[in-house]
Amino acid sequence: MKKVEIYDPAMCCSTGVCGPVVDPDLTRIASAVYSLEKKGFTIARYNLTNDPGAFVENGIVNQALVEKGPEVLPLVLVDNEVVKMAAYPTNEELAEWFDTTPAELQEKPRIRVSVNFGK
Amino acid sequence: MYSLFNPKNMPLTPFLFFTGKGGVGKTSTACATAVALADQGKNVLLVSTDPASNLQDVLEVDLTNEPMAIPSVPNLSACNIDPEESARAYKENVVGPYRGKLPDAVLATMEEQLSGACTVEIAAFDEFSHLLADETILDQFDHVLFDTAPTGHTLRLLQLPTAWSGFLEESTHGASCLGPLAGLEGKKEMYAKAVASLSDREKTTLLLIARPDNSSLLEADRASGELKEIGIRNQLLIVNGLLQTHQPEDAVSTAFYSRQRQALQETPEALKQVMTYALPFVSYSLTGVENLRHLFSSYAMTTFEVEDTNEEALALPGLNQVIEDFSEKNTRVIFTMGKGGVGKTSIASAIAVGLVEKGHRVHLTTTDPAAHLAYTFAGGETRDNLSISSINPQIEVERYKQTVLANAGNGLSDEELAHLQEDLESPCTEEIALFQAFAAVVEKSENEIVVIDTAPTGHTLLLLDSTEAYHKEMSRSTGDVPENVKKLLPRLRNPEETVVVIVTLAEATPVLEAARLQEDLKRAQIEPKWWVINQSLYATETTDPILRGRASSEKKWIQKVNEELASKCAVIPWLQEEKIGYTQLKEFIL
Repeated sequence: MKKVEIYDPAMCCSTGVCGPVVDPDLTRIASAVYSLEKKGFTIARYNLTNDPGAFVENGIVNQALVEKGPEVLPLVLVDNEVVKMAAYPTNEELAEWFDTTPAELQEKPRIRVSVNFGK
Repeated sequence: MYSLFNPKNMPLTPFLFFTGKGGVGKTSTACATAVALADQGKNVLLVSTDPASNLQDVLEVDLTNEPMAIPSVPNLSACNIDPEESARAYKENVVGPYRGKLPDAVLATMEEQLSGACTVEIAAFDEFSHLLADETILDQFDHVLFDTAPTGHTLRLLQLPTAWSGFLEESTHGASCLGPLAGLEGKKEMYAKAVASLSDREKTTLLLIARPDNSSLLEADRASGELKEIGIRNQLLIVNGLLQTHQPEDAVSTAFYSRQRQALQETPEALKQVMTYALPFVSYSLTGVENLRHLFSSYAMTTFEVEDTNEEALALPGLNQVIEDFSEKNTRVIFTMGKGGVGKTSIASAIAVGLVEKGHRVHLTTTDPAAHLAYTFAGGETRDNLSISSINPQIEVERYKQTVLANAGNGLSDEELAHLQEDLESPCTEEIALFQAFAAVVEKSENEIVVIDTAPTGHTLLLLDSTEAYHKEMSRSTGDVPENVKKLLPRLRNPEETVVVIVTLAEATPVLEAARLQEDLKRAQIEPKWWVINQSLYATETTDPILRGRASSEKKWIQKVNEELASKCAVIPWLQEEKIGYTQLKEFIL
């Protein structure tokens, strides 16, 4: 299975509401990542403000930052290779990488309740 | 009227929080209360967050954030917490380990995200929590006094279940204001205890401090309601600086007195339900332990305070010179900036009137509620060259929230939605919403001078800047910076076109707060041009001994502004009536 990593720029919040504009892309990505995680796929997201260590430890990310500066973020890696710079993946791209359908990614996070209908 | 506040005659809870806007006398009142209780033999800890560190001068010791015994006052211990310093320390904690490992430009983006008002609020609360949650503290002290209180926003954030649910770790939905909390996750239990102590009426009293003026009482009413809602119900109101008598033959003294009485009559209804005490207006500054002891003995004047009026008076320009400067240099956009209650709106209105008198076309925008603006220009006395509009912060914030929830609220669980909504209560959100609103005003008025009675903070500008740069290069995000905001940013940077006027009062806290606003703007490469010291008693002719005494204590603050802080400084005397209407406003500029 492929491993996808998203390195976010420094954000006050991943919702973006404290920032100057609200970016619906951020909520889309958040929901997609949530759904993929639920399904057991290997996807991780790192925010520069909360998790700077990840940006140092990963040599590829670190090199990109040194060469191109913070504008290179968000940076997307699939199996340790840069596939996108300065942009988030679309749902189509995510679906392709994980061999699933875009519709599967828009699932609203919810608690599953199992109901027993009797025998 | 009200009975005088005297801690000796009343039962008090172990934790006492003094709250109110900057300059109302929180630190002095807290300090005087602490000394009075200690003099009675109680073991007292005083926790100050006063940026001026006035307390250090008063108590004649260098305080740290660890409680230490005060030699000159038996039974009293004190510590000083600087929330800005705590926030800096927190920021350094996060960023420091990565210096040299990540490029400087990258570190700078992290630092800016951790420079908002929320980080400071949370850092302050973190410091308090240690004291509130530590059970051994109440074994050592009968009373612990804090000269500030956490805001409703901070407390609500801490109560949200999502704040601690690990969303941050999962990297899906972190909330903005929890950015600063992210490193503090291990402290959940301590915060829960702290919040519980705050809402226990046997343990905690909230003392709302207000000046006898309308804006201060309104602010106290707002804080009272907000904190009541979150469970802090044990509240007292102290009206600080109430003039007990006046000299009928002295115009300033009489006007000062009657304006105070008038404001008290107009106290908001909800606030009238709160038990209210008064503290007298005193001529001396509340520094030195002896002066603090005098406060509760209700002497307005101390015998050892003899005024030397022979000193050379300071001569500084008035508002007319400020207006002259703008008129000559053809300034296009003028912001007046300062903390609440310093008279930003009056000064903005007077500048607008002054420029109209000089033949310019002017558009005045205020963020004061519309009713107040109508009041300022009562009687329809405007001029053809003057147009006025108002931005209602509540409506703008509401509109912004609706937009956000419509764009981003889809597909969120109830818990996440609650979190997003609390994010929207943050002070940053209000700033962004307002900035967007006045960007629209500036854009519409290309042929007029625009005067606005508020200004964006440096933090807001830097956030906008980085987002703008990001969008310029990538133009990928669907949530784009509005066109008029993009256009306003370079105009704000141009000193030929835009000027920021800092408005303050000649007192310790307002001057220090204004100095901070200036520092923050400088970070965004905006250099405030003028400082205006409003409502100065020093600049009046009063002979009332109490007011005269206060006037002379203003001098050192006027000097500090003029010599250290401002590139240009003007002083406006305390005026006898509130300026309403075009003609009256002209009095400001005589």
